[in-house]
Amino acid sequence: MTELVVRDLVKRYGGLVAVNGVNFEFKGGEILGLIGPNGSGKSTVMKLIMGIERPTAGSVQLDGVEMANWPSHKVARQGVGIVFQHSRPLHRQTVLENIKLALLPDSLLKLFADPHVERRAREIAERVGLAHVMDRRPSTLPFADLRRMELAKAIARDPRVVLVDEPFAGLTPAEVATFSELIRGFRDDGRAVLLVDHNVKSVAAIVDRVFALYLGERIAEGTPDEVMRDETVRRVYLGGSIETAARPESTFKDADTPLLQVDKVGVLYGKAQALQGVDIHVHEGEFVSVVGLNGAGKTTLFNAISGLVPHSGAIRWRGEALAGRTPASIARGGIVQVPEGRELFPDMTVRENLDLGGNHLEAKDAAAQLAWLFDLFPILKSRQSQVARTLSGGEQQMLTIARALMMRPKLLILDEPTLGLAPVILEQLSKALEKLRQTTPITVLLGEQNVTFALPHADRVYVLEHARIVWQGPPDRFAAEAGTGYL
Amino acid sequence: MRNLFRSRVFWIALIGSIVALLLPLKVSGYILGLLTVAYYFGVFSMAWDLLFGFAGEVNFGPTFLIGLGAYAAGILNGYGVPVYPCIAAGAVMAVIGGVVLALPALRVRGPYFGLTTLVAVLIMMNLIVVFAGFTGGEIGLTVPDVLSVNADTNYYIALIFMIVSGVILYALSRSPVGLILQASGQDPVEAGALGFNVTKHKLTAFIISAFFSGLAGALLVFYMGTASVGTLVSIAVGVQVIIAAVLGGRRTIIGAALGSIFLIGAGEALRPFGELSTLIVSAIALLVILFVPSGLLGILTRGEEHA
Ligand SMILES: Nc1ncnc2c1ncn2[C@@H]1O[C@H](COP(=O)(O)OP(=O)(O)OP(=O)(O)O)[C@@H](O)[C@H]1O
Ligand SMILES: [Mg+2]
Repeated sequence: MTELVVRDLVKRYGGLVAVNGVNFEFKGGEILGLIGPNGSGKSTVMKLIMGIERPTAGSVQLDGVEMANWPSHKVARQGVGIVFQHSRPLHRQTVLENIKLALLPDSLLKLFADPHVERRAREIAERVGLAHVMDRRPSTLPFADLRRMELAKAIARDPRVVLVDEPFAGLTPAEVATFSELIRGFRDDGRAVLLVDHNVKSVAAIVDRVFALYLGERIAEGTPDEVMRDETVRRVYLGGSIETAARPESTFKDADTPLLQVDKVGVLYGKAQALQGVDIHVHEGEFVSVVGLNGAGKTTLFNAISGLVPHSGAIRWRGEALAGRTPASIARGGIVQVPEGRELFPDMTVRENLDLGGNHLEAKDAAAQLAWLFDLFPILKSRQSQVARTLSGGEQQMLTIARALMMRPKLLILDEPTLGLAPVILEQLSKALEKLRQTTPITVLLGEQNVTFALPHADRVYVLEHARIVWQGPPDRFAAEAGTGYL
Repeated sequence: MRNLFRSRVFWIALIGSIVALLLPLKVSGYILGLLTVAYYFGVFSMAWDLLFGFAGEVNFGPTFLIGLGAYAAGILNGYGVPVYPCIAAGAVMAVIGGVVLALPALRVRGPYFGLTTLVAVLIMMNLIVVFAGFTGGEIGLTVPDVLSVNADTNYYIALIFMIVSGVILYALSRSPVGLILQASGQDPVEAGALGFNVTKHKLTAFIISAFFSGLAGALLVFYMGTASVGTLVSIAVGVQVIIAAVLGGRRTIIGAALGSIFLIGAGEALRPFGELSTLIVSAIALLVILFVPSGLLGILTRGEEHA
């Protein structure tokens, strides 16, 4: 039977030890969950197994065959497949071609694909729920379908061992359920599965065992229950619960002309109505959450406010219409959006990315702002000279938010900031937001589908569904009146 | 196969080829001569497009491969070796040179590959001058033999050669191997994780590109009867090959041939403008590259979704 064994695995990047002497094994027909805070080395472990990075020391054996230091194509052919943390489609090919690619042998002589390749690709597309988008380009797909395509490619290689990195990040609860089923399917096919995700509940529900990492080292191992109860895991990973209190709307002074007013805004993408008659307002200093599942229109709404997409209706900033202003001029006016995709400069260092954000500030102010941010996100302080591309997924997310804060926004728009963040980092981010709320006059508009994060930070909540606002009210009434599908 | 007959690229190529085959009935020997050269340049550009458009590697030195083929064939011919073995030797030489260059160059990422190829051209230009005894140096190399003295025959050799090369390169680009090559170009990490030996595939693309470049270079020498740095090796020639491919339409193979013919044709049509003609052609090329990124072939196939 298939068994993957990892022994004394070490990976150093210069002075940083990303993985420090890790030992575990998992078998065919078993799912091993790998959890740990952001930057604890989970993705690195997967890359080491896959041969994308070379281990500094240690061994990786599949059924007794030593694979450490093999190039990744050889590891792949030995029967290991990976679903990357970030989707990596071929953009110029259709979904079907992307899947077909995964079915091809590594041969220079294949001038004609075997007929079964086409058929098999279609079967797989159907199995993962991509049947209706097979002929589209990846760039036109919704987020969840892109993730499905990654699963499809992994299935296509028919691997004995599958490494799945954060499959649930950014998915709706319903989608998480479907993906859990697909991953269970891997196990039922007899494959050995290594699963990484920060959605602790969903991981615990499908894995057989859990291995917890912290700073590249093992901190706990066992059944999901045992590991979740572990003291260290609770402290460094799960963190405490998030608690804050909403302020009633009447406490904000600008009742007549709120800081931001969105009035009957509609957006059309071709024939598709992405937003319809949306009315929201945000007071100065207020924290407002827009809750909505994938595809509800959150990003479109934020893009409309930032002047990135044309829209009908009116958007007013301090009572003045924003119509006709360029995105740059709107940003200079104080509206700063943190986009969902982490749009960092990948080849610049952490510090350079931050300095760019604070470009327009006086040197003295920039330094003060930077010091304040390092206080908020200590990990960034210690990584100032690291190239942004090499940060872990969660570290990149923190850098994006920090860079936006460097611009000293009046209104900070956060689009799905929790994507891919460990629970404990959510807590940190949460504390950072709370500190912002108490110590600065900043106004925040937060778009989330993760309501456990969105609610505690909101003074007021809007629910966006199918391009319309369907509910608004204080967070404590949300669960009773609008909670289905989110909780 | 059905897809093939429905694709407009196929019909454009077919009609273009038929027109080209009938052309000697109509036009002057002078025009035929121009087109003959254009067809060889078409092959240079197609070979370049395979490497850039599919393997994702920018070869700034296409003339390194062309020059190897041309000079190897020409020099051998000077020692009395007959034409056709010389041409074969030219192609082999280009492949060997290509491998020697690509093996280390493919190890480096990003722009460095391109820079390596550029340096190769500079070294080659120097060597040609240093070993003027063999190569004819700056004056150029005169070869004793020619392909044919008949303009029509020369025209047909070039045309058939371009069509055959085009069919092979196009088929390759659309085959499973072409798909793997594109994957290796777009995302080598992902391609590796899917089990593809990226280096092997890129090296093969380089070898194929080198083979066609060298073959075309050798044939061109025996058409012109001479080889010189200015006509075959200089950076300017390489730039022309690249512009033709980009202008015609990246990642299409066929577009590269179209671009070459257009560049040489336009240069000729605008000859009455004297010095200005180069400027005008460059301006047109720039406009197309800036505003129609899919190139000339993209204009012709507009409205058609081609994968
Ligand atoms: N090429 C590199 N150079 C320097 N440091 C690196 C490099 N690659 C990764 N790291 C660091 O190694 C650590 C482990 O990264 P890894 O991506 O494995 O984290 P992770 O556990 O997957 O986190 P996340 O949950 O945020 O995705 C991180 O601190 C990261 O910044
Ligand atoms: Mg990770």
